[in-house]
Amino acid sequence: MTRRVGTSPLAPRRSPLLTALMALFLVYTLVPLAWLILSATKTQADLFSSPGLWVGDEFAFFSNVRDTLTYRDGIFLRWLANTLLYVVVGAGGATLLATAAGYGLAKYRFPGRRAVFAVIIGAVAVPGTALAVPTFLMFSNMGLTNTVWAIIIPSLISPFGLYLMWVYAADAVPDELLEAARIDGAGEIRIFFTVALRLLAPGIVTVLLFAVVSTWNNYFLPLIMLSEPKLYPLTVGLTQWSAQASGANAQPVYNLVVTGSLLTIAPLVIAFLLLQRFWQSGLSAGSVKQ
Amino acid sequence: MLIINGRRSRRIALVAAALTAASVLAGCGSDDGGGGGGTAADLDAALEEGGTITYWTWTPSAEAQVAAFEDQYPKVEVKLVNAGTGNDHYTKLQNAIKAGSGGPDVAQVEYKALPQFALPGDLVDLSQYGFDEFESDYTPSTWASVQAGEGLYGLPQDSGPMALFYNQQIFDEHKLEVPTTWDEYVEAARTIKKEDPSQCITNDSGDAGFTTSMIWQAGGTPFQADGENVTIDLQDEGTQKWTGVWNQLIEDELVCTIPGWTEEWYKALGDGTIASIGLGAWAPGVFEQSVPDGAGKWRVAPMPTYDGQPATAENGGSTQSVLEQSKNPALAAAFVRWLNHDEGVEPFLESGGFPATVADLQDPAFVDKKSDYFGGQQVNQVLTEAATQVVEGWQYLPYQLYADTIYGDTVGKSYQTHTALEDGLAAWQEALVKYGDEQGFSVN
Amino acid sequence: MTRSERIRETRGGGRPPAPGRRWSRSDTKGWIFVGPFLAVFALTFLSPIAYAAYLSLFRAQAFFGTTQFVGLDNYVDVFTDDKFWDGSLRVLLFFVVQVPIMLGLALVAALAIDSARLYGTSFFRLFIFLPYAVPGVVAVLMWGFMYGTNFGLAADLNDLFGTSIAPLSSNWMLASIANIVTWEFVGYNMLIFYSALRTVPGEIYEAAALDGAGAMRTVLSIKIPALRGAILIATIFSIIGTFQLFNEPNILRTLEPNVITTYYTPNLYAYNLSFGGQQYNYSATVAIVMGLLTAVIAYAVQLRGSREAMK
Repeated sequence: MTRRVGTSPLAPRRSPLLTALMALFLVYTLVPLAWLILSATKTQADLFSSPGLWVGDEFAFFSNVRDTLTYRDGIFLRWLANTLLYVVVGAGGATLLATAAGYGLAKYRFPGRRAVFAVIIGAVAVPGTALAVPTFLMFSNMGLTNTVWAIIIPSLISPFGLYLMWVYAADAVPDELLEAARIDGAGEIRIFFTVALRLLAPGIVTVLLFAVVSTWNNYFLPLIMLSEPKLYPLTVGLTQWSAQASGANAQPVYNLVVTGSLLTIAPLVIAFLLLQRFWQSGLSAGSVKQ
Repeated sequence: MLIINGRRSRRIALVAAALTAASVLAGCGSDDGGGGGGTAADLDAALEEGGTITYWTWTPSAEAQVAAFEDQYPKVEVKLVNAGTGNDHYTKLQNAIKAGSGGPDVAQVEYKALPQFALPGDLVDLSQYGFDEFESDYTPSTWASVQAGEGLYGLPQDSGPMALFYNQQIFDEHKLEVPTTWDEYVEAARTIKKEDPSQCITNDSGDAGFTTSMIWQAGGTPFQADGENVTIDLQDEGTQKWTGVWNQLIEDELVCTIPGWTEEWYKALGDGTIASIGLGAWAPGVFEQSVPDGAGKWRVAPMPTYDGQPATAENGGSTQSVLEQSKNPALAAAFVRWLNHDEGVEPFLESGGFPATVADLQDPAFVDKKSDYFGGQQVNQVLTEAATQVVEGWQYLPYQLYADTIYGDTVGKSYQTHTALEDGLAAWQEALVKYGDEQGFSVN
Repeated sequence: MTRSERIRETRGGGRPPAPGRRWSRSDTKGWIFVGPFLAVFALTFLSPIAYAAYLSLFRAQAFFGTTQFVGLDNYVDVFTDDKFWDGSLRVLLFFVVQVPIMLGLALVAALAIDSARLYGTSFFRLFIFLPYAVPGVVAVLMWGFMYGTNFGLAADLNDLFGTSIAPLSSNWMLASIANIVTWEFVGYNMLIFYSALRTVPGEIYEAAALDGAGAMRTVLSIKIPALRGAILIATIFSIIGTFQLFNEPNILRTLEPNVITTYYTPNLYAYNLSFGGQQYNYSATVAIVMGLLTAVIAYAVQLRGSREAMK
């Protein structure tokens, strides 16, 4: 049994050349973010008058943050709380459903099993934006529009998560182990929670990560389903701030949009850093299996 | 009302698709909403009785207005919701209407969008409450804007008679007089471009609202609607007058193509890139608040015209309408009356709005106010004067929002290729005729 | 047969397990686990699709409230609709050019990070993934600035190189959108590849080393084959993502409505039919046709991928 610690065991000689090439790549990913960070330190006037990738006359980061958090009676914090709710319930539920379903598909052979994947891929291929009206009308009939459920229920589905778990569970949970548990008299549900879940942990963390990010970034569905700003997630709220720059009643607040965007990304970065640890250990644990 | 009654159609969907659909599905008369008869006295009674209504708007003055209203009528609660700006707002409104519930009692509707909601019967005809008699209290152009077909579907909140906002510094720099005719305007454009290519007379990247206002100012009436009969003529005399001038600016690339209402645009207004711009009378508020670098530089003049005779058009502006869906239309109508006819006008003015009410447009305190931003100019003198010079006879299409949506596909192409606008306008017309016919209008 | 090859053979790609392996006996109990997912899936995906399919058989007039059954007429219209094909060809082009570039970059990044030859591995892993965490709305806002030819980065670069490239002009727009999408999703795909690489057992590498394989050979004979399943699924989801391209063009449309038409992509077309023109029935038809086309292409890719895996 070999345990990999962090890296491929072959030739762990570091290469400055490769690092330099990757650093170039990193510049590409980071320049727009640098713009965002620099812009968040500027007043609206400086945003209009100073170079994008340089600092403005005035360092206004803290006043921007304060204004963002207090604008319109602090609705930004409300949006943040909503987003957290949608992420915790939506992404959490999506991970649980995808894990259970992926495990079920990988470890049980039942009639219709093979059709499931085809149906899911086929359904996912139909553009969601075009289905917005049918979905809206259905939800409206069920009295779900303009409630948190209109956001949470659809985000419980992560087709990609299902697929990952299916593949993952096929390898990560040995059938022998399940058989052994059954011989000990454990029920199927109990086996799932006590035996399988532990083995699936690394996959679960990956699925959770994707589900969190996609719920956090969810934009189109809340835009259609919600009309009350106090239910908005951050993405829709920020877009509304951005849209208020146009028309006869224009009130551009670009500095707040930019700062709010930065504040929207920050929790995700932190969450990723925290999850990364689990993920790391989870993956090492996963590689023990063979 | 709209296409299909949602609940019904879904149930039917489960049974069989081909079930004599036409007869069943069409059932969704406009009489199953609120509406119904009523008189002015009903409104006072409704205010007395109290209740709760929902109001969707994105106008910044709404908060102060609602607070003042609730002070005055403590039994009434107004739930103020900002459901989005412009198209987002209409999308949600349309969805709620189609779903049959979930919409507000009172909604902000721009003049250009009013027919689109009024004609299918989604809005309450307010003439039943005696609002007709307010006609003389409003400017003729805004009053015309809240009518659709035979009905009255709102009271005007603001107006946007167009004027020419210009940067005095740039005109001084090039030793130019402020143009009073469009020919002079084109000349000025050439001079500016020649002497400083980084500047331009104005920005126009193709904007449906601007185009329609410019055709309006030129005396064009490309859209005429009478019930289900619609006439579209984007080659009429007025339109040709406008394209005659504007083609020169587009083909010779004399205008900046910076799209309006973007960060770049606000920058360009402040730093002297854009020399002038035609906007509605609501624009001073936008300048003061969002173009700080332009302070002291900008001035206002009447729109240039084709023959030197004063003429202008409306650009933007909104009304508040009562939805047919409303469970308490009398209270909603009473709120609209308060908002745009009675005490609600004052907080609107305080927040910098430009009124549609004649009395306020003639009030010396308003007209003679000096603006520091505009170098001490009494801008409202120009703007209130413009309010009296709006060309009559204009109509928007009953599906103007759709028309605006596809403007970029058609007229926008001319802007892209710097070619004559006529081709783009012809393509726009063709698409609009096709759409209108498909939707059951009879379009010429 | 070397040891590493043998192990690869038994691993097969990341496809759903082929029949013929050992199964639990309590078969139908699988529905206990799949059921909840499918129930929600049916509610949020299948029933709107069924409803849309139903809608696609009718034609309504938004202003006069008449609806009539037209059978497959809407489908006939879609297939002869220039706007629909204009958008479809555009996303096809996008798919052919952008997806390979994006997945290629993601693959290189994943291999580089997995190779242990980088200084600051976890730093790279985090920051390459980071753009995915940026909401699309914000991403377009940022790139909108970068692309500005009056004040943005594009203006500075043009000055520097004496060029006059306008990223938001009609010639460059598709490339500009491709760039934003690549920027957003490279890290996402990198992570998928990377986590697949992490499940390759260490002993395979040791075996390869014993066989005398160099770094390049390890990549080609062990890592890439191990990634086959991940590449396949990333491709399929990229196909779906590409054919549903919507957010980026829709937001850039606020900057350049003349370049990005209402039918720039099929999804944008369906959206504008619905919300701009209230042509719900036709919009539903476009959605269904687009879904079918996407599914066919995704299925073809999957089939091809599976066949390759069996070689």
